[in-house]
Amino acid sequence: MAEVTLENVTKRFGDFTAVKELTMEIEDGKFTVLVGPSGCGKTTTLRMVAGLEEITEGDIKIGERVVNRVPPKDRDIAMVFQNYALYPHMDVFNNMAFGLKLRKTPKAQIRERVHEAADLLGITDKLKSKPRELSGGQRQRVAVGRAIVRNPKVFLFDEPLSNLDAKLRVQMRTELEQLHHKLQTTTIYVTHDQVEAMTLGDRIAVMKDGVVQQYAPPQETYDHPNNQFVAGFIGSPAMNLLPAQAASENGRTVLSSAGFRIALPEARSKQTLPSSVVLGVRPEDLDGPAPDAEGTITLTVSVTEQLGHSLLVYGNLDETQIVASLDPHRRVEIDSTIHLTVNLDTLHVFDPESQETLL
Amino acid sequence: MNRRKLIAKTPLHVTILVFAAIWIIPTLGLLITSFRDPTNIAGTGWWTVFPKLFSGGQYSLENYIGVLSGQSLGQSFLNSLIISVPATAISTFIASFAAFGFAWMRFNGRKVLFMLVVGLMVIPLQMTFIPVLPIYKKLQLAGTFPGIWLAHTAYGLPLTTYLVHNFMAGIPKDLFDSASIDGASPFMTFWRIVIPISVPALASVFIFQFLWIWNDLLVALIYLSARPNVAPLTLSIANLVTNRGQDWELLTAAAFVSMALPLVVFFSLQRYFVRGILAGSVKG
Repeated sequence: MAEVTLENVTKRFGDFTAVKELTMEIEDGKFTVLVGPSGCGKTTTLRMVAGLEEITEGDIKIGERVVNRVPPKDRDIAMVFQNYALYPHMDVFNNMAFGLKLRKTPKAQIRERVHEAADLLGITDKLKSKPRELSGGQRQRVAVGRAIVRNPKVFLFDEPLSNLDAKLRVQMRTELEQLHHKLQTTTIYVTHDQVEAMTLGDRIAVMKDGVVQQYAPPQETYDHPNNQFVAGFIGSPAMNLLPAQAASENGRTVLSSAGFRIALPEARSKQTLPSSVVLGVRPEDLDGPAPDAEGTITLTVSVTEQLGHSLLVYGNLDETQIVASLDPHRRVEIDSTIHLTVNLDTLHVFDPESQETLL
Repeated sequence: MNRRKLIAKTPLHVTILVFAAIWIIPTLGLLITSFRDPTNIAGTGWWTVFPKLFSGGQYSLENYIGVLSGQSLGQSFLNSLIISVPATAISTFIASFAAFGFAWMRFNGRKVLFMLVVGLMVIPLQMTFIPVLPIYKKLQLAGTFPGIWLAHTAYGLPLTTYLVHNFMAGIPKDLFDSASIDGASPFMTFWRIVIPISVPALASVFIFQFLWIWNDLLVALIYLSARPNVAPLTLSIANLVTNRGQDWELLTAAAFVSMALPLVVFFSLQRYFVRGILAGSVKG
């Protein structure tokens, strides 16, 4: 096991910069998730760690060793691909044993390790099957097994669950979690799914345009997003972002626009804000009207979605669509007007220019 | 199948049946004729056997014995094998290496070289006889088996390389990434992964190339000669037509001798045309 360090890593394809001066330290034994929209450079980063992509500038270290020029096979890593990438002509046993055979591992040891991994993944009865005889979930287990048997320092996962159906994805997700708990191997996991990122990661790196926007534990990216992008990306449904005017009245900051007027508590009013800001409120932080509430938003309901554990209410405020996650037992009619109380302790304020978090 | 589908497919089925009949009826005639004796052939048409199809006495193996020993087609059959099998194997072997290189290895001039190889397909092989023959004479390759192996390999390579390349280029890139992480060298990747996956493509290329060489008359005529010790079946049969053109019983039997092996090859390898071994490796 080892930590992985990226120092000022840049990757250019011709004129296009896929990854820009990325610096990141992945702690030994931790599960780190790279998450972001497609084209944000997360897979390129992973492939550079794997050695499948050359590094244009910077250094990647696995443990104490700089691996920039080390071929993939000598980096002591194992990778699981989105498309499984199983060898179609080999049975499951040989798929898992291939890497060990190439490393001239003694036969008895190969058999022992493959059986151990198969046992762990519950595919022992499939060892003689060819990949085409397996279901998607089983294939992905084989791909994971192939990574485990080598007992590498680092696991790399490239969107391993995105080809599975929704139910299986959730199941495999928890299996991967358990697996990491058992093996405690340093893991880098790429996904575009923020739910996967939140549930799996000890830390998550939110990427956009080749730059890490925030690298923090999942809860922190949710509670304290660094900027507007992270705020909008993490959390589902996404955070509501509303343009507003900021002013100071009697020592309290007041955020207002056509549909609302919110006075922040004194504790959150210490900072001077620019006159024009973006207000960020998570759907979960909008709730039914409390009688003595400070800030309320009024909106006309256009759509409601009953999810069982919550009721999503969509409405328009000026030009902006707002979504609120309410108590599922509440009755909300379409076209009716409702009042929502904003949770003043958790609302966010962003700079519309730099998109950085102000409050 | 519902009625609508049935109606939609009927023209297709009829067309297929007509085409099959156009091919099969003469072949059947050939087959029956080759087992009848000369007087019967001269006296009645081959279709007259049908009313008493399975009664003995009207068939014999005489014609086959005649062509194989008397007309030395046995030796020619062997020659055809000696020519076709190595020539096909060599070109498929080289094509698989070349195709892998063109499809998956990075080197300067790869595209230009590949285009050059593929471009060679447009050169009619007749154009090459005049410049190549003197060289063959000088190297004493004319009239030898290695000489014709070389010629067939050279003529076949552009197409075989192109076909195998197209197949190999379609192998998902993830497999190569996976192999390189598993620690496979390029040769190991080629030998342990690409070749086994490419078996269907290699088999179909093998069949095409084999049939082409087996049925070839022109190249054999130019680079070998009609001497019985080297002449393949095609040459011997062509001679037979010239010398014994009236003896249908011999010609039909000879034709069937030349068809037998391609049929065996086709039927034994045909499953590779149908089966996609790739299914299951990669989703989609």
